[in-house]
Amino acid sequence: MSDSHVEVRKTYKLLIDGALARSESGRSYEVTTAAGAFLANVAQGSRKDVRAAVVAARAAQANWWSATAYNRGQVIYRLAEMAESRRAELAEHVALSEGLKPAAAQVTVARAVDRMVWYAGWTDKVAQVLGGANPVAGPFFNFSLPTPSGVVGVVAPQESSLEGFVDCVLAPLCVGNTVVVLASQLRPTPALLVGEMSTTSDFPTGVLNIVTGFTQELTPTLASHEDIDGIDLEGVEGDAADALAKVAAGSIKRVLRPRGRHDDPTSLRRLRAFVETSTVWHTIGQ
Amino acid sequence: MVIPDASTMPAVESEAQLRALLAGLCGVDAVGAEARAAKLATRSIKRSTKRAALDLAISMVDLTALEGADSPGRIVSLCTKAMRPDPRDPRVPSVAAVCVYADLVAQARTVLGDSSVKVAAVATAFPSGRASLRVKLADVSDALDAGADEVDMVIDRGAFLSGRVGQVFDEIVAVKEVCGRAQLKVILETGELVTYDNVRRASWLAMLGGADFIKTSTGKVVVSATTPVALVMLEAVRDFAESTGHLVGVKVAGGIRNSKDAIHYLVLVNETAGSSWLTPDLFRFGASSLLNDLLMQRLKQQRGAYVRPDEFSGD
Repeated sequence: MSDSHVEVRKTYKLLIDGALARSESGRSYEVTTAAGAFLANVAQGSRKDVRAAVVAARAAQANWWSATAYNRGQVIYRLAEMAESRRAELAEHVALSEGLKPAAAQVTVARAVDRMVWYAGWTDKVAQVLGGANPVAGPFFNFSLPTPSGVVGVVAPQESSLEGFVDCVLAPLCVGNTVVVLASQLRPTPALLVGEMSTTSDFPTGVLNIVTGFTQELTPTLASHEDIDGIDLEGVEGDAADALAKVAAGSIKRVLRPRGRHDDPTSLRRLRAFVETSTVWHTIGQ
Repeated sequence: MVIPDASTMPAVESEAQLRALLAGLCGVDAVGAEARAAKLATRSIKRSTKRAALDLAISMVDLTALEGADSPGRIVSLCTKAMRPDPRDPRVPSVAAVCVYADLVAQARTVLGDSSVKVAAVATAFPSGRASLRVKLADVSDALDAGADEVDMVIDRGAFLSGRVGQVFDEIVAVKEVCGRAQLKVILETGELVTYDNVRRASWLAMLGGADFIKTSTGKVVVSATTPVALVMLEAVRDFAESTGHLVGVKVAGGIRNSKDAIHYLVLVNETAGSSWLTPDLFRFGASSLLNDLLMQRLKQQRGAYVRPDEFSGD
């Protein structure tokens, strides 16, 4: 790089309805590295950004679910391809944000990409595992099929800025939900990089929407929004989850409580969290 | 601006005089109109003012069903919704009118009875206006016989654009005569008029012809109501009122789907024509999906949480 090169600093934006946009409020906030140095200016989303994201997610949901499971798998796998080619950049941001040594950050990124492939594989297998043929006392076939809850709000983990984010977001997407995710407040850049990758991964617009900003300010909007069908509170700290779960109950949302580090990565808890079982009867031998 | 000097409705005696009058209107500053409309759209209306604005907007809606697939059943549910937009909350005002094709007027009239909701019929070969005057007048008579309170007519844009203003004027006068006491809304179809100057001229033409309302669009062409066009039309009714003493209403139609847009229009009305126009008698929204968004925002103000769109029925 020549000495005359002018540094091009990046402004990190929200991802709403397929567009990388500044906050409607015009606000932004400063994100620092784990060591306290300046890292980036990031859009500080408002409740109206959340509202716009929910409108986009709702509009995208029917088509995302009506696409074949195979196709959803291809799209998520494409995200893994994009992430694979930008592993170095992701590792740099994970290292800076989480205060990891470069080698440890690279391991985290590799695991996150593996998770993407894992979820890509699950799209056309959840129906077999979570659904099935039920024995009934009569001349009928009876099937149970997992169908998506609809629009899922996710409060992404605060600490695990990439791996945790990928888990919380891809699980609901995998089973046909669309997502509005609140990225980690202090460590949002790895999530935003994944968001950028998603725009070149054939995700239909509005399927994945990322809002950054102050968690305390935005979670009540997410929890109370009546057009959100489920909420993952993973990134909510302390007792706040109880209060938010109560608010979410006002609109009969499915609520996934935070588990933190105790979560088993092979558990199907997240895949199971935001599906509704739909049961079909069919006559035998006609 | 050059305002025709007359203390009452100027009588139009010849096409030459009308042509001169329209030519005497000064041109619209297009950049200025767009900038002004954009500036007013940034105004923020909050809390109790917003609640009042939402209720006012609801009371100004002409709930519209102008699809080829409309059935009598759909008109029944539309009219029921028009009288009581939110079945759970009697404080929500009724809308101003339902707007339907002439053949469905009778159905609407039966459901609405003597409620405050008016029946408006689109007539005169809506939406193209491509029919003979005889057919157009028969269309209007049909609607009135079936019980319409208001008639939404379209002007012949082809005639207007090719300079036959006298023909357009005569048609409006003829329709007005058939209307009698029924209110006449004249649709300019501004999306087809090309320039703001034409919008201003067509507005004056319609008002001189006896329009009770001038209306932006049919909603059937690509470009429907826009805020600069509404601004030009609101200026026209203001100037017409100053010049003649007649207050003519404005109806914006097509493409207004959310409360934010509706409130922008209300700001525009207040700042351009004045607060006298902030009544369903002088300002209307022609829309179908707008009503649900207004109801949603109203409920959001009460509950403090964003509301599901399917909280309200489609029709």
